[in-house]
Amino acid sequence: MRTGQQIKTVAPKPTEIWRHHHILDIDDFSREEIEFVFQTTRAMKEVLSRPIKRVPALRGKTLITLFYEPSTRTRLSFELAAKNLGADAASLSAPASSVAKGESLVDTLSTLQALGADIVVMRHPQSGAPYIATKYMEASMVNAGDGWHAHPTQALLDIYTIQEHKGDLKGLKVVIVGDIMHSRVARSNIWGLTTMGAEVTLCCPPTLLPTGLGGQHRQLPQVSIEHDIERALDGADAVMALRLQLERQRSGLLPSTREYIQLYQLNQTRLARAKPDALVLHPGPVNEGVEIASAVAHGPQSVINEQVTNGVAVRMALLYILAGSPKQ
Amino acid sequence: MTKPLLIKDGRIIDPGQKIDEVGSLLVAEGKISWLGKGKAGPPQADCDVLNAQGLIVCPGFIDLHCHLRQPGYEDKETIASGTRAAARGGFTTVCCMPNTNPPLDNQTTVEYVKSRAASEGVVRVLPIGCISKGRKGEELAEMGDLAASGVIAFSDDGKPALNSYIMRQALDYSRAFDLVIIDHCEDTALTEGGQMNEGIISTRLGLRGMPNAAEDIIVARDLALAQLTGGRLHIAHTSTEGAVELIRRAKEKGIKVTAEATPHHLTLTEERLIGYDTNAKVYPPLRTERDVQALIQGIKDNTIDIIATDHAPHTEADKLCEFAFAPFGISGFETALASLMGLVHNEQLTLSTLIAKLTGKPAKIIGDKQGRLGTLAVGAPADVTIFDPSLEWTVDTKDFASKGRNTPLSGEKLKGRVMATLYQGKLVYKDDSIKVKER
Amino acid sequence: MSRKVIMTQDDIKRTLARIAHEIIERNKVIENLLLVGMHTRGVPLAKRLAANIEDFAKLKIAVGALDISLYRDDLSSLELKPTVKSTDIPTSVDGKSIVLVDDVLYTGRSIRAAMDALIDLGRPRSIQLAVLIDRGHRELPIRADYVGKNMPSSRHEEIQVQLKESDGLDEVAIIPVPSDREGQ
Repeated sequence: MRTGQQIKTVAPKPTEIWRHHHILDIDDFSREEIEFVFQTTRAMKEVLSRPIKRVPALRGKTLITLFYEPSTRTRLSFELAAKNLGADAASLSAPASSVAKGESLVDTLSTLQALGADIVVMRHPQSGAPYIATKYMEASMVNAGDGWHAHPTQALLDIYTIQEHKGDLKGLKVVIVGDIMHSRVARSNIWGLTTMGAEVTLCCPPTLLPTGLGGQHRQLPQVSIEHDIERALDGADAVMALRLQLERQRSGLLPSTREYIQLYQLNQTRLARAKPDALVLHPGPVNEGVEIASAVAHGPQSVINEQVTNGVAVRMALLYILAGSPKQ
Repeated sequence: MTKPLLIKDGRIIDPGQKIDEVGSLLVAEGKISWLGKGKAGPPQADCDVLNAQGLIVCPGFIDLHCHLRQPGYEDKETIASGTRAAARGGFTTVCCMPNTNPPLDNQTTVEYVKSRAASEGVVRVLPIGCISKGRKGEELAEMGDLAASGVIAFSDDGKPALNSYIMRQALDYSRAFDLVIIDHCEDTALTEGGQMNEGIISTRLGLRGMPNAAEDIIVARDLALAQLTGGRLHIAHTSTEGAVELIRRAKEKGIKVTAEATPHHLTLTEERLIGYDTNAKVYPPLRTERDVQALIQGIKDNTIDIIATDHAPHTEADKLCEFAFAPFGISGFETALASLMGLVHNEQLTLSTLIAKLTGKPAKIIGDKQGRLGTLAVGAPADVTIFDPSLEWTVDTKDFASKGRNTPLSGEKLKGRVMATLYQGKLVYKDDSIKVKER
Repeated sequence: MSRKVIMTQDDIKRTLARIAHEIIERNKVIENLLLVGMHTRGVPLAKRLAANIEDFAKLKIAVGALDISLYRDDLSSLELKPTVKSTDIPTSVDGKSIVLVDDVLYTGRSIRAAMDALIDLGRPRSIQLAVLIDRGHRELPIRADYVGKNMPSSRHEEIQVQLKESDGLDEVAIIPVPSDREGQ
């Protein structure tokens, strides 16, 4: 495990950098805010390297995870982060059926508020669901993934991992391969990476590309589209493969999974087009043999396990910062 | 019998009669009995007086497209609450869509709405009948019966008449009654699961988009069928640049088509959705600035004949949920004029064009079977709207008469406000600042 | 009342030399010493003390830096929350005689947090405390083993410590502050 570079202490006060009471999306994070999170993350990694991986910074705070979609890793990562900081972590699992119309998310959130939650971490299958919280809840809301919209903590840990290896992201070529349309991870990474100065190349079949990113509607100068995976990977500094979410796909977006693998799987031959030290990332869980070949997922360029470790540190940093953030 | 009312010294605008000057209007026995220009005094001395100095006096507004929700959805709106909201918005005639429960696909339900309107309504309610039985799009409703009970148009609004064969029959059959077919143009195969306009904002928000093409395709089909049948077609809530262009060309070819646009599509864009405001969730979705400009151009060159609110009230609970679960619709009566006045204040529309699109033009689509509507001509029903074009106010939904407080304009500062509404000579809405004095 | 210099560059230099001697005298086994500076100004002070001790005792002394942000008890607001800095202690603390170094000893709460932080890192043999200024007003039963200068002060005053490494000059001053900023 690499250690972070030495930290400069002349940074402005946190109150001059940080504006969020909730973490809903990364698209309204400034570069300075992301740097502030990363700086705090490095201190948290130091804590994680100790024999006693626990500090009392959030003693007496309560974090509740509210997951309307199954996810063992993200939830565990948040709960460990909270416990490492001395907070109490409790969880509420909502079965998929209760997301159906008629069940009030607002009621659930006000209950959590009444139970004394200081921070609520929510995953929800509907885009924008965490935004409701901001109107009805004083506690901080951390979006742990909402629909296709955003997964800000995942993007932060991805970018942190890249930065740990490559330093400044300015001008780095980062390729995201896969189902961009249905991916909150891709969206959050696009906004976060471009904020940090990276050049992002999206690679997917045209039917899995959301409107406004490519073609005649292209609106983001730092984002380019390349439907051919080999050309996309040329000279890349980092490649992120996305899980092909078969269950989310509507018929007609792809002729078949077999054809997708043939055209878009990240395999060793294709990875050779990238720079020799290019990093391979994946937000997990991995469908080995579908979007990524096993040899690549477990190969020397893969930082998939580091992403998991960094995830705990990034979430510790965010929880720590949020615990003292301004109320809205 | 109430005393006659003199509306004195207002700026009288009636585009149908090409009137735009300061004058006075006398209302007696529910009709316009005299209209005098300049300082001319009324022929009758014994009357009440409403001082309209500095205000605009025009025919009462006509809304060809609204949802009063009764029967079936009385928690969202009733004829009583909806017509009061209409009066507050300056509307004296509202045409209600048949997507009630049960739907207005037979004489009985239409009669129910009419009798409720007569007993509880405060403005004129003209029902629209269904195109198809049960709004299922499978068999034509009994249009002749519906016409006999007084519907002023046919529509399956809320849904398109997707089956082209049914739409052809509807356009053809309705010719016998000279009534218009209003279509909600949406190719549902392209909009399934859609939440908002398809574009960079839907991508950003991670919401499934609805492309302009979904509207354009059905508009194009309907125009072809109108040409085929010679039936009268009216395009509801036009929202795309492409639809405006298609309608413009169809009119050039002489196809019998009229079209409407809503205040929200003329003034708001998809950017309102940022932050997931379910009150900005509407069908058709708020589109881009480019579409808005195309609609305004269409209003100016008469491609778009009228402005209709598509007033679609929902309860707070309906809208207080995850974005995808919220129903489509904006409560529109009580902000329509003020938001449209924005287009006058920034000189995109003239006052006279705006008033024409809310009065004489929709009256023409309804036809003359309902009497002379949308005019201040002597002898016409005294439906009069009086408004202050430049009064600034802040939208507070708590003041709404409508049960639906679902508007994205809540808290917005608007300029222009309805001060009084007369329906058949009776003051059905009056701002507190307006005083009626005995002479 | 206005700003008053209470220690000059020479005063600071002499004081640190004296404290270094006291540390040597008090700790028989110098090899076991670990000086830990508390962020921000305790870090350069610890380095200077270590240099002095090395000079006097001709022995290399281990020096570390400690950030106590994560151990503070007054941090519910970001306003008070300093940026978390690195804790960098080059050796295991187990069995060490630690001298914790800070610039000003005031309520004692920072020292309490620092002791918790050190104990989380291992089991030191002992912890001593060296401070440049002791200004009084203790809220916890804590006292320093080595004090540069006792400076009785009012709560309405601020002790400003400036060091070459962080501020460009060596000087300690006392400044009156308006009462609404009390406790900062």
